[in-house]
Amino acid sequence: MMLEALLFVMVIVVGTGGEMCLARAMKQTGELERLRPSAAIKLLGRALRVKWIWIGVAMMASAFFSLLLLLSFEALSFVVPVSALNYLVGGLGSMFFLGEHVSWQRWIGIGLVCIGVTMVVIAK
Amino acid sequence: MDTRLRLKTYVLIAVMIVANPVGTLLIAKGMKHIGDVKFWPLPALLEVFGRAFGTLTIWAGIACLITFIAANMLALSMADYSYVQPAAALGYGVTAVLAVFVLGESVSPLRWAGIAVICLGVSFVRNTHPRTTEGRR
Repeated sequence: MMLEALLFVMVIVVGTGGEMCLARAMKQTGELERLRPSAAIKLLGRALRVKWIWIGVAMMASAFFSLLLLLSFEALSFVVPVSALNYLVGGLGSMFFLGEHVSWQRWIGIGLVCIGVTMVVIAK
Repeated sequence: MDTRLRLKTYVLIAVMIVANPVGTLLIAKGMKHIGDVKFWPLPALLEVFGRAFGTLTIWAGIACLITFIAANMLALSMADYSYVQPAAALGYGVTAVLAVFVLGESVSPLRWAGIAVICLGVSFVRNTHPRTTEGRR
């Protein structure tokens, strides 16, 4: 039970933190101007030179291995919804770490996503 | 410019909501077929990872997740994290459908209702501007 809780924390908190590091790196890298594979590869290549990418990748890799272990003994339809609590962590991180303006509409959206996730978990 | 930004963001989010559930599903299927999983001692855990990475299904899942990450990064190059992340929650609907039709898991009416609420939440987020930070065009 303790191990399961720890793995969920790794997936939710560390995984979301890693995604926010990626977001920070992409904001520094610049915008994808055209939806073409060559432009996408070029932009991703530029992004690899930003340190936040590597911090994010390390955090996401830790979360990924935790997800692998969780999926070995828990049902996919339980693990995926619980890990969706990262939306709350993501909303807060967007404001304080990325400096985004999270409007009331977005918070309602995030809140509904969390309620939806809770319903899915209760339904287990 | 606003329409173009939205269009590009929607396309990338569409890739995300398909690639992520499919990747997770493939990894789940792969992990269920590798046999007993031991967390301790460390060599036993490493042996588990060795068996996992020797499975084709796991690698297919990883390829899907890499596609998801690339689409996610590209979307984040032009849209807010607090926009992209909730919008990608539409993937839960795809996950439920895959769980029913591929894994044979049962999905109760309450769970479907939860997924509907998630979709409603995503629609709220969709109505906001994708980018609120500097460089907004």
